[in-house]
Amino acid sequence: MMYPHYIEESVRKVEATRERRLKETLPRLSADAKTPLLQRFHPDYVAGKMRPLAVGPNKGDSTPNEIADLLEGNSRIDPDKIDLSKVDYDVDVLVIGGGGAGASAALLAQENGANVLLATKLRLGDCNTVGAQAGTQAADRSNDSLAIHYLDTVGGGHFANIPELVEALVKDAPSVIKWLETLGVNWDKNPDGSMHELSGGGASRLRLHSAKDYTGLEEMRVLRDELRNRNISYVEFSAAIELLTDDKGQVCGAVLANLETNELTIVRAKAVVMATGGMGRLHIQGFPTTNHYGATADGLVLAYRAGARLIFMDTMQYHPTGAAYPMQILGQLVTEKVRTLGAQLVNADGVQFVMPLEPRDVVAAAIIRECSERHKGIDTPTGQVGVWLDSPMIDLIRGSGTVARELPAMVRQFGRYGIDIAKEPMLIYPTLHYQNGGIKINADGATTIPGLFAAGECEGGVHGRNRLIGNSTLDIFVFGRRAGRAAAQWSKQAKPGTPTLNHVRRWQKSLNDSGLAHQRPISPMLLPDYAKAIPDYLPSYTRESLKPSWMKLA
Amino acid sequence: MAESIRMVDIYVMGKHYAVPEGLTILTALEYCGYRIIRGCGCRAGFCGACATIYNFKNDPLLRYDLACQKTVEQDMFLTQIPFFPAVKAQYDLQQIKAAGEQILALYPDIVKCFGCNTCTKTCPQELEVMWYMSDALRGDIREVSRKSFDCVMCGLCAARCPQGLVPYNVALLCRRLYGRYLAPLSNHLEERIADIEAGKCNGDVERLKKADERELRRLYAERDIEPAF
Repeated sequence: MMYPHYIEESVRKVEATRERRLKETLPRLSADAKTPLLQRFHPDYVAGKMRPLAVGPNKGDSTPNEIADLLEGNSRIDPDKIDLSKVDYDVDVLVIGGGGAGASAALLAQENGANVLLATKLRLGDCNTVGAQAGTQAADRSNDSLAIHYLDTVGGGHFANIPELVEALVKDAPSVIKWLETLGVNWDKNPDGSMHELSGGGASRLRLHSAKDYTGLEEMRVLRDELRNRNISYVEFSAAIELLTDDKGQVCGAVLANLETNELTIVRAKAVVMATGGMGRLHIQGFPTTNHYGATADGLVLAYRAGARLIFMDTMQYHPTGAAYPMQILGQLVTEKVRTLGAQLVNADGVQFVMPLEPRDVVAAAIIRECSERHKGIDTPTGQVGVWLDSPMIDLIRGSGTVARELPAMVRQFGRYGIDIAKEPMLIYPTLHYQNGGIKINADGATTIPGLFAAGECEGGVHGRNRLIGNSTLDIFVFGRRAGRAAAQWSKQAKPGTPTLNHVRRWQKSLNDSGLAHQRPISPMLLPDYAKAIPDYLPSYTRESLKPSWMKLA
Repeated sequence: MAESIRMVDIYVMGKHYAVPEGLTILTALEYCGYRIIRGCGCRAGFCGACATIYNFKNDPLLRYDLACQKTVEQDMFLTQIPFFPAVKAQYDLQQIKAAGEQILALYPDIVKCFGCNTCTKTCPQELEVMWYMSDALRGDIREVSRKSFDCVMCGLCAARCPQGLVPYNVALLCRRLYGRYLAPLSNHLEERIADIEAGKCNGDVERLKKADERELRRLYAERDIEPAF
């Protein structure tokens, strides 16, 4: 019992209504009811929080201010100071990013005959994949079909999804599950070997393949081990800070920066796979995030500067259930699996206010409405408001011990702070979770620039304007594999010219011409800055010459 | 709740700081002005990057945890362990057998375990590391997989093992062997893959790809929904 006394009063109300709510099912909202709810309460619709891009391939398209600042940002390097004739790595395929998409791309590129280098900003496997808990979708049960998975996906995405990408997603899904098992992933199974599958928000079938609530961790630790077993080269703490392009505009490598020493590494590659993940650490509109430390949209910035088109950059996913209490885990993911298993969302009075398995944007908007317009949220000591996710319902519905068996990560995480989620409800509020859009790709993961491929959260189109549960850990493997294979094939016939940073020169010129250069930060961001600001006492006349080199990059 | 914020005294590599109560070790370091490059990953207890060792001002006993999850306490002495090299056997999973002897063949040093239980006491996930190491010695792949499943591979067990063993990599080998060879096959998955490869699933998806938004909206609204439980 670790909730403050005044919150305990609300817990009593939740307990008092539980028996009645066990028999209560709220209806799903109609399309007509969803639209005004989203427009009034979803953060994507808040006026003044987005702006049209002033430069680049998507000039005129809206995106959150935090992303626009970086997309319109200045390069970290002066092309005139860099000697590109001194090449450190010369490979067929360079994969940028060490998460699920990057690892899949590296494995498939190598299988297809390419000499591969994987570069990652933090460690191999430091990524959003490891934090994915609920599962991976694949239509493999007899009452399910690729078509139903397709329909659920485009309905969740507000019918904006790119059809060819959705087709690839649902068609590859069963073989992705099998591929992962062949590599040694332990799926939750019934004793007869059939998959133990669960439902999810916006899914009309039980289709989530999980590994308890450590699904992404299980997937990532296996892929990372396989990369090591196959001797695929990788460099860690090496952030890509620009792509290289030739005179025909083809991408032909990248410049990496050692995060600790700032030393630059020049990689020449016949093809590059961008797999840099998402943007949660930009804290759009001040939201906390579920994302890992390095989720700063670097790949978007690099690709955009090199001329790649982006798509759906005006839609972000706020996961409905981030932890609102205790403060140590504020904004961290409370897996949707908690709702999948039967937990309802209830307000301070113990009253249900939304069908818990609506798509994520709808549930997030309903929670925000409950706390703002209706004033039915619960205030916590940090000032963060939240509503209840009534986890004790799970054992009542599915039998004692279900919470412990299916949700060990959640039990452990809340147990640390004295909250037993099998007996007490969890306080939650929406948290910044996922970038629905990204770099525009085709079904092979090819971007609009020759030689550049993209996979995983940094690409967009497959999820339309809202991603469903379990479709992201599917996306990373489907498009990671496709992009890796396509990049290897491309590298066999590609004839890249001399690597240059001419696109960076052109970019800086356009920033200077439009007067933006002095108003925008340096990008990519690489890491968020959470350290307490230490004042800079350097006299201004020495500032440029004496600044530590890290600050020059930053 | 207008209580004033209580401060906690901590020591970062020996230097004293006062930080607000309720911070984690990771956010406390940042509060003190440290900009973390190594030793920070998912910030949510899943990736193992921020494995940390600490003790207290007047209590030299070492404790172990994840810096992103552990709340700071009065008189904590903190340090960072940014990197720990560990042995990993190299193998082709498709070419080896799921036999108990396989573990010993790839990790012969596990016989050196003398049961001190330091690994178990070190594990921030509170796993029974020493017990699964004895399961590994007996060649019980299934038990190692079961007991080690929640491992975040932070490496603290290997960092502290007086015999230089790497329990977390031994466990990963066992889980991969279990998933690949010992878990019962899912026939419905195999059948669906065969149907897709035979082109039996193309028609319905083709129709949906060609459908206009109005038609898709109608089909979506009319689809039947399987009960969640």
